[in-house]
Amino acid sequence: MSIALGTVTPSFKLPGVDGNDHALGDFSDAKLLALVQYCNHCPYVLAWEDRLIKLARDYAERSIRVVAVNSNDSARYLEDSFERMKERAEELDFPFDYLFDASQSLARALGAERTPEVFLFDEERRLRYHGAIDDSRDEDAVGRSYLREAIDALLAGEEPPVAETESVGCTVKWKN
Amino acid sequence: MIELLYWEGCPSHPEAKALLEQVLAELGRDDQIVMTEVRSDEEAERLRFPGSPTIRVDGRDIDAMGASGRPSLTCRIYHLPNGRVSPVPSREQMEAALR
Repeated sequence: MSIALGTVTPSFKLPGVDGNDHALGDFSDAKLLALVQYCNHCPYVLAWEDRLIKLARDYAERSIRVVAVNSNDSARYLEDSFERMKERAEELDFPFDYLFDASQSLARALGAERTPEVFLFDEERRLRYHGAIDDSRDEDAVGRSYLREAIDALLAGEEPPVAETESVGCTVKWKN
Repeated sequence: MIELLYWEGCPSHPEAKALLEQVLAELGRDDQIVMTEVRSDEEAERLRFPGSPTIRVDGRDIDAMGASGRPSLTCRIYHLPNGRVSPVPSREQMEAALR
């Protein structure tokens, strides 16, 4: 079960595709922090990928940090290995950090269930939005851009208009 | 025979089934869709299941390119005519396989 709204960001220190370890404290200068449960192999992630890249670029100068986290069992899902993560990030020039949660500890702490699945934390690092990036994996059919709406609201000092939505995607691939 | 093989861990098969039923109706066909749940890696291997959903018409995968993927309990990747990625086959792929 996912963490409740208002819950403080779980602590983490994970290796990134840039070759550095990234800890929660490293993002302390960000106004908002979006942890996105992510991976390489899932068609739902791939369907939303361009939109997440665009969002990260659009908000980068407003001190919003997007951090993708792959927690899948890469022994069973080879496409989700750390090496393949590096290749994917380089191929698409990810404008966000892409971290490998090999122990699955962060996914467990978040109660993550799907990829993609967003956990948006405010400046005090409390969960303010949880769920889908928007309301359709088909870009042409998007009516509500939940994550953008939540970011815009928080930047304006308001409540996100929608604080929780259902994440539609692949299941997190837990180790046996 | 039209078979739809699926894995419950992937949420895309109801949408694929609904689209397949719609395409069948539009083509004036009343074929039954044989639903087969794939529950284990062993079953995926035995059924040559490259991911969910997999649709076969008379034993032939409607997406020949993806049919040779490694058997696995996973969501299958399809490519739409507009180049985008989708977890379900396109209407065009279904129509082509059923004509």
